[in-house]
Amino acid sequence: MAGADADGEGVLILAIETSCDETAAALVTDAGSVLSSVVSSQAGLHARYGGVVPEIASRRHLELVLPVVREALERADTSLGGVERVAVTQGPGLVGALLVGLSTAKAIAWAGGRPLVPVDHLEGHIAALYLEPDPLDPPFLCLLASGGHTLLLAVRERGASERLGTTLDDAAGEAFDKGARVLGLGYPGGAEIDRLAGDGDAEAFAFPVARVPGLDFSFSGLKTALLYTVRDLGERETERRRADLAASYQHAIVRALVARIREGVERTGLDRVAVVGGVAANSALREALPEARFAPFDLCTDNAAMIASAARFGGAIPFPNYLGLDAYASIS
Amino acid sequence: MELNLVSSSAEETEAIAGRLAPRLRSGDVVTVSGELGTGKTTFVRGACRALGITAPVTSPTFTIGHRYGGEQDVSHLDLYRFEGLSAAEWGDLEPYFEDAIAFVEWPDAGRDALPAARVEIQLEHAGGDRRHIALATEDAALLEGFGRADPRVRHGD
Repeated sequence: MAGADADGEGVLILAIETSCDETAAALVTDAGSVLSSVVSSQAGLHARYGGVVPEIASRRHLELVLPVVREALERADTSLGGVERVAVTQGPGLVGALLVGLSTAKAIAWAGGRPLVPVDHLEGHIAALYLEPDPLDPPFLCLLASGGHTLLLAVRERGASERLGTTLDDAAGEAFDKGARVLGLGYPGGAEIDRLAGDGDAEAFAFPVARVPGLDFSFSGLKTALLYTVRDLGERETERRRADLAASYQHAIVRALVARIREGVERTGLDRVAVVGGVAANSALREALPEARFAPFDLCTDNAAMIASAARFGGAIPFPNYLGLDAYASIS
Repeated sequence: MELNLVSSSAEETEAIAGRLAPRLRSGDVVTVSGELGTGKTTFVRGACRALGITAPVTSPTFTIGHRYGGEQDVSHLDLYRFEGLSAAEWGDLEPYFEDAIAFVEWPDAGRDALPAARVEIQLEHAGGDRRHIALATEDAALLEGFGRADPRVRHGD
């Protein structure tokens, strides 16, 4: 891709994301064009270790962060000298992992005398929608559904969202992943269930989704219902009906998400709907919400382009006032 | 000593955890084991509620660790996605054990690396919503009087 040009488009943001499994870096212009987005996906490693992360520690991020930043600069055909602003995920996440990204970003910003923009990971997911070539303008209702989070948000302006509902137990992406484990499928579970469900009957099994008050979500009972069904069926019958089980299970998750979105629309009067996070890649959810905006496939799961995008809308700390900045572990 | 209880609902599982929680102190580690869907996160939620934490207590399978701030901080960890715990990984998790009561779901991967548990909780499916809940500890005083109240009977306390 071409480097930033000299007029207007030119302000370049380098973003780093290390909040969970992925080490990622991206170069994005202030106008929202993604020049490069590098994600050192560990999916290959996940598969090799049977769905379990072998080394999720900060050490892994530490090994990867500079190669990933270098790769992002190269793909954007630029150098650190061309970077005007550095953005980084400050939380929520595993503190040790976050600190790798935060320290790297501080060092790069400080060495260049540049401002630093700390970004909330969840706001980052929403900001994936603001990128070119087809940016979405608030207001809209946003479902953020990933392995770690499931939130229903009212987004009335860029950089500010109101939380309407959250999962009370498991995240939607986790429900997919654990369901896949129960069905003996590979990792990542969501993609495997999605693929298999294409060959199955979504009405074959009725899996109940708990009704909880307000606009919150609950998925843990669903996982247990699948487990009991699989036990009752026995190994051979489960094998034979795996596609039906996957389709029905996926249908239950999608139905629950869609129902909450509809209620959220009714309650807030926000008639435009957007979906972000890893679960936004699910094809059944996309089919069930034909009018909704979904984050681009490559920006659904964790990435740094979305962090750069969020950094376009304020929050910059001028050089060198960010050296004492700390990461935060939990959702505030 | 080991105490064996029966819970017939998620609410009862929370209540049992809520009776244990006030007996714990900062620095304690509680492992919470059991298959998928036995109520491990539910158990931790009950303990958190009893300790005055009102934030949503959700599964940390993907996020690995949550730390809930309160009068007494509570950490909530989940090693489901781990096969073992390397020194580097332990280094990442260690801060969650400092000045907090730490609950660890799926602790097996961390057996050799984690601090010794003061209480080990084992949950098992017992048909429908029923669960067997075993509380095991070397510290008999910790569970003194605990078994007298039948968890199947709802108490006002």
